[in-house]
Amino acid sequence: MSLRTSLGRARGSGAAKDGSEHWWQQRVTAVALVPLSVWFLASVVSLSGANLEQFRAWLAVPCNTALAIFFLLVVFHHGQLGMQVVIEDYVHNRAVKLAGIIGVKLLAAWFAIFSVVAVLRAAFVGA
Amino acid sequence: MSISDRPLSPHLQVYRLPLVALLSIVHRMTGVALVGGSVLLAVWLGAAAFGAPAFAMASALLASPLGKLVLFGFTVAYYYHLLNGIRHLFWDVGLGLDLVVARASGRLVMAATVVLTILTWAVGLSL
Repeated sequence: MSLRTSLGRARGSGAAKDGSEHWWQQRVTAVALVPLSVWFLASVVSLSGANLEQFRAWLAVPCNTALAIFFLLVVFHHGQLGMQVVIEDYVHNRAVKLAGIIGVKLLAAWFAIFSVVAVLRAAFVGA
Repeated sequence: MSISDRPLSPHLQVYRLPLVALLSIVHRMTGVALVGGSVLLAVWLGAAAFGAPAFAMASALLASPLGKLVLFGFTVAYYYHLLNGIRHLFWDVGLGLDLVVARASGRLVMAATVVLTILTWAVGLSL
């Protein structure tokens, strides 16, 4: 344990420079998700009970394809930003914290890519 | 009494969380739950991309009593996180930070979550 103050240790290291960027991304994705998620939920509810043909026909409408992909990219980005904060707040072991954050970011990227590929396949490639 | 034995304030085991604090932690919990919901969404879209048998199986699972219960839970989490997120966005621009207003908006979020969840399921089940 060092006798130096927190300020003394931090001085000269420069600013972290990434805190406000994270905050802004979280807010901008949150604002985008208000209309996008309402549109998505309303669509899913209206499609309840639909078979694959009906679902594909809906997804193949250009506006629906684009909105669905937009929604998915924003959702996984927003979720990943939130999970990062949760890990930073509750995981105190530095190695586990870093591994957790990297894991969350890579998994979110994978699920985002997977769901976009799934949307494109379901919309444009016949069974 | 050593320093480490002294009670902390607010100590989570003996301290009854005020409404606004309770709503805050529930916002975080619903956010984490919705990340799970997003993964389920990716799996569902994947099923649509894999073809009719996979989509039929996914639809049957989601339409089962357990599937409906899970979807109902995600509906509650979604509306709560959406509405409370909008409450947060008002705070971000400096509006509604007064304690009386924050309590009132919190109650409004809870009531609207119940109403919108019931409405969504009433519409969904009638289709």
